[in-house]
Amino acid sequence: MSKQYETVIGLEVHVELATKTKIFCSCSTEFGGKANTHTCPVCTGMPGALPVLNRQVVEYAMAAGLATNCKITQRCKFDRKNYFYPDNPQNYQISQLYLPIARDGYVEIETDRQKKKVRIHEMHMEEDAGKLVHDEWEDCSLVDYNRSGVPLIEIVSEPDMRSAEEVIAYLEKLRTILQYLGVSDCKLQEGSMRADVNLSVREAGSTEFGTRTEMKNLNSFKAISRAIEGERMRQIELLEEGKPVVQETRRWDDNKEYSYPMRSKEDAQDYRYFPEPDLTPIIISDEWIAEVKAKEPEFQTEKISRYQEEYKLPRYDAEIITNSKKMADLFEQAAELCGQPKKVSNWLMGETMRLLNENNREPEDIPFSPENLAKLVNLTEAGIINSSVAKEVFEKVFAEDVDPEQYVEEHGLKTVNDEGALREVIEKVIAGNPQAVADYKGGKEKALGSLVGQTMKAMKGKADPAMVNEMLKQCM
Amino acid sequence: MDIRSLTAVELGRKIRQKEVTVKEAVEAYLTQIEAVDSEINSFVTVDREGALKRAEEVQRHIDQGMLTGPLAGVPVAVKDNLCTKDLLTTCASKMLSDFIPPYTAEAVANLERAGAVVIGKTNMDEFAMGSTSETSWYGPTKNPWNTEHVPGGSSGGSCAAVAAFEAPLALGSDTGGSIRQPSAYCGVVGIKPTYGTVSRYGLIAYGSSLDQVGPIARDVADCAAALQTLASHDEKDSTCVERKDTDFTGALTADIKGMRIGIPKEYFGEGLDEEVKARIMEAARTLAAQGAVVEEFDLALVPYAIPAYYVIASAEASSNLARFDGVKYGYRAQGYEELHGMYKTTRAEGFGAEVKRRIMLGSFVLSSGYYDAYYLKALRTKALIKAEFDKVFERYDIILAPAAPTTAPKLGASLSDPMKMYLSDIYTISVNLAGLPGISIPVGKDSRGLPVGMQLIANCFAEKKLIRAAYSFECATNRRYVAGVCSGRFQTQEEGGKQDVETV
Repeated sequence: MSKQYETVIGLEVHVELATKTKIFCSCSTEFGGKANTHTCPVCTGMPGALPVLNRQVVEYAMAAGLATNCKITQRCKFDRKNYFYPDNPQNYQISQLYLPIARDGYVEIETDRQKKKVRIHEMHMEEDAGKLVHDEWEDCSLVDYNRSGVPLIEIVSEPDMRSAEEVIAYLEKLRTILQYLGVSDCKLQEGSMRADVNLSVREAGSTEFGTRTEMKNLNSFKAISRAIEGERMRQIELLEEGKPVVQETRRWDDNKEYSYPMRSKEDAQDYRYFPEPDLTPIIISDEWIAEVKAKEPEFQTEKISRYQEEYKLPRYDAEIITNSKKMADLFEQAAELCGQPKKVSNWLMGETMRLLNENNREPEDIPFSPENLAKLVNLTEAGIINSSVAKEVFEKVFAEDVDPEQYVEEHGLKTVNDEGALREVIEKVIAGNPQAVADYKGGKEKALGSLVGQTMKAMKGKADPAMVNEMLKQCM
Repeated sequence: MDIRSLTAVELGRKIRQKEVTVKEAVEAYLTQIEAVDSEINSFVTVDREGALKRAEEVQRHIDQGMLTGPLAGVPVAVKDNLCTKDLLTTCASKMLSDFIPPYTAEAVANLERAGAVVIGKTNMDEFAMGSTSETSWYGPTKNPWNTEHVPGGSSGGSCAAVAAFEAPLALGSDTGGSIRQPSAYCGVVGIKPTYGTVSRYGLIAYGSSLDQVGPIARDVADCAAALQTLASHDEKDSTCVERKDTDFTGALTADIKGMRIGIPKEYFGEGLDEEVKARIMEAARTLAAQGAVVEEFDLALVPYAIPAYYVIASAEASSNLARFDGVKYGYRAQGYEELHGMYKTTRAEGFGAEVKRRIMLGSFVLSSGYYDAYYLKALRTKALIKAEFDKVFERYDIILAPAAPTTAPKLGASLSDPMKMYLSDIYTISVNLAGLPGISIPVGKDSRGLPVGMQLIANCFAEKKLIRAAYSFECATNRRYVAGVCSGRFQTQEEGGKQDVETV
C-alpha cells in the first residue's frame, strides 16, 4: 500500500441492565428459562396492553450516565421506533430518540501509547427484543419472548477511536464502570453486552471522514479485534483499487473471519420515530440525581491507588484485580479475613486467572467465597499444608467452593512435621539410592533434587520441602 | 313491570330490593337481543351462557351483602375493542375474528367488580375507525330509530343497543367523538371523560393519546353512576390520573343558576343542519331559563382541529396496529412466501379499506422528511388548541355545541366520501385533542323523527359541571328520548322521564 491510512471508529454498545424485572412489565429478566415462560400481555404485545416504566431502569441509566460524565436530561421521554420483525412483538420498539436520558459524556482510556478521552454522544434506554429459533426439523421459525422487554441502555460514542486496541480499552473501561455500578454484568458471551462497530478509513492527515460501515454480531473482544482489522483492510483495499466504500451494515462471521453485507443504505429502514403516547415524560429532579450520585461506589482508579497504599500491592496486581468488581470485592473480603493481602492477590493473579482462562470463564464468574480463599491462605501460611498441596486444594475450592480446612482434614493432607517419621523415610531413600548419594557427595547438586522428590513422594507430598532438603543433607 | 323500561340505576335498585333477580334482568335483555338484533346488528358476540352464569354469582354476592352498589346485577354491553378474558374480542375486524384475550380491560373489570353483568360485545367501526359503524367486518349496525340510517360511530353498536333496549348500559370509546356522535344519532346519553380518568388498559388502541373509555346510557343519572364506577387510578396505565373528585352521582342536582355557558359561533355556521341548529338553540334557551348565563364567543382554532386530529390519530394508529401481523394471534393469511409475504398478505386480507387508509396516512406523516411538516405541526396545533380552551374556560363553565352537524345519515351515504365523513367530526374532535370531557344528550328530533344531540364540554376534570348541566336540562324538559321497542317491533316513543329520574 502506497499511502498511510487512519482508521476511525465509533461504537454503539448495548448493555442489558441487571434489574430483576423487565423495563415495562413485572416479568423476570432471568437469562435462560423455558421459552415464553417469562412473559405477559405487555411483553408479548397483546392488543390493549400498556407499558409501565420500571423506575430502577431510569436509576441505573442515570448512574451509568453520571459515571461516564454525561449530562442527565432532566425531562426525558420515550419514542417509538417502528419496524416489522417477529422478535419485536409490537412491531415497534420503545426507545429514546429525541430526548435520551444522558448526553455529552466521556470516559478516559489508557493504551500502551497514551491516555485519551473517548467522548460519549448519548446514552438511551430501550427494550430488548425476543429471540427467533429456527426449527430445522419442522422447517419453521419459532419465537421466544423471554428476552422481550429486558431493559437495555445503548451507549453511543463519538468516532474517537483509532485502533482495535483503543476500542478494547474503551469497552473494558465501560464494562468496569458498569460492573462497579452494579447496573449490568456485561457478559459478552451471554449477550448482556453487545457492540456494533462503525468504522471508516481515511488518508492520514485528512480531516474529512471516509464512508463508514457498521458491523454487527461481535460477541467477544477477540472477535471485535479481528473484525476491526478485517474491515480496515477491506476498506483500504477498496480505496487502493479506486473503488468506493459502500455505506452499509455488515455481519461479521468470526469463523470465516470475514464480514458480509446485511443491508445497504438504500434499503435502510425508515423507523418513523414518534413520541411514545403510552408513557408520560420522565422528570428527573436535582435531588434524584444527587441521590444516585451519592450511591456511586469506589471506582477502579480510586481502588488501584488505595490497594497500592493500603495493601502495598504492586500497581500491576492492583490493576488486574480491580479489572473486575467481583474480583476486587473478593480480594478485599479475603484480605480482611486473613490479613495477608499480598498472598490473596497471588492466588487471584496466578491460579484463579489460570483456571478462569482454562475454563473460558470471566472474572465475574468466580465461583468461590472469600472465606474459603482466606482459609486456604491461612493453612499455607501456618505451614499446615505445603504449597503443592495448597494448589491441589485450591483446584477443589475453585471447582466446588469446598471448605479447605475440612477438605485438608478429611483427606489427610496436613504436612507431616514429625521429625522421626521423616528421618525414617529419608534413611530408606538414602539406602535405596546409593548412586544418587554418591553423585551428590561427588559434587553433583542436581542429584539432591531427585532424592527430595522421592522423599516427598514417599511422604505423599505432605512434608515441608525445605525441611526435607535440610534433613537429607544432614543424613548424607 | 317491563324490566327493559327501567334505567340502569332503577333496575339496580329493584334488584337490591329483591323485586327483580339478576337472572330475570339478564334474561329480559337476552330476550330483547334475540328479538331485535337481527335487524339492528348491535352485537358481534352475545355471551348468553357466561352472562347467566355470572348472574347467579352476582345474585349470591348481592344476597350475601357483598355487592351493594347501584350497578350490582345490571346487564352491560361492552364495545368490542375492550378486552374481555375468555370472550371473543374482535374490534369488528377480520384481523381479530378469532382473538380471545387472556385478560380483561380495567374499565370492564371495574364494572364487573361493581356487580355489572357483561351480556355481550357490541359492533363498531373496524378498530374504531369510522363515524357510522359501517366499516365493521360483521356488517353495519342500524339506527333503531330508523333502520335505513346509521347509528353513528364508532361506538354505534353500544349506542344502538341502549337505544333498542338491548342493554340498559353500555361501554364505548371516544377518540374523536366515537361516544358523543353515535349517542346523538341514537338519542341516548354518552360521556367522554377527561383523558386519564378511565384506564385504557385492555382498550385496543386506536389513537393512544386521544382514546378514552366512557359510559352510554338512557339518562344522565345512569351515565354518572357508571362513570363513577369506571374512573380509577390504574397503575397499569401510565397516562391514568389519580382523581379524588369522582363522586359524579353527587353532581345530579338540577341547579345551574349562574353557570356560565359559552356557545362558539364557529360551531353554528356553514355545514350545520338548520333543524339541528334550531334544536340546539332551543336547548340553550332552556338552560338559560334555568338560570344559566348563555352567550356566544369566538373559538378561532376550529378549522385546524380536523387536520391535526387526522394526522395525530392516524400516526398513532399506524404504529398501534403494527402488532397485527399474523405472528402471535389473530388472522394469518394462507398461502404466502417468506416472512414479508406473510405480513403483506395477512394485513392486506385482514384489514378493511378505512383501516388501511389510516395506516397509510399515518405511516406517511411519520416518514422521514415529512415528520416535521405534518406530525410535529399537528402536535403544535394540538397544544395551541389546548391553550385556547384553557382561556375559554377562564370565562365559561361549559361550552355548548352540537354533537354532529346533522342527524344520522342514511346507510352507505358516508363511506363513498371519506373526506365528508372526516369533516362530520368537526364538533367533537377538539375535545379529544385538548383532553377535555364532553357529554352528548338528546334534545329533540328532526322532522324525519331522528334524534338530535347536544354536546356540552367542560374543562379537564370538570365532569361534575357537565353532569349538573345535562341533568338540569333533563329535569327541565321532563323527558328522555329513547327508541322504544315493543314486542320486537320498532317504534319511536318519548318517555316521561322526570318522575323516574327524581326517584333515583
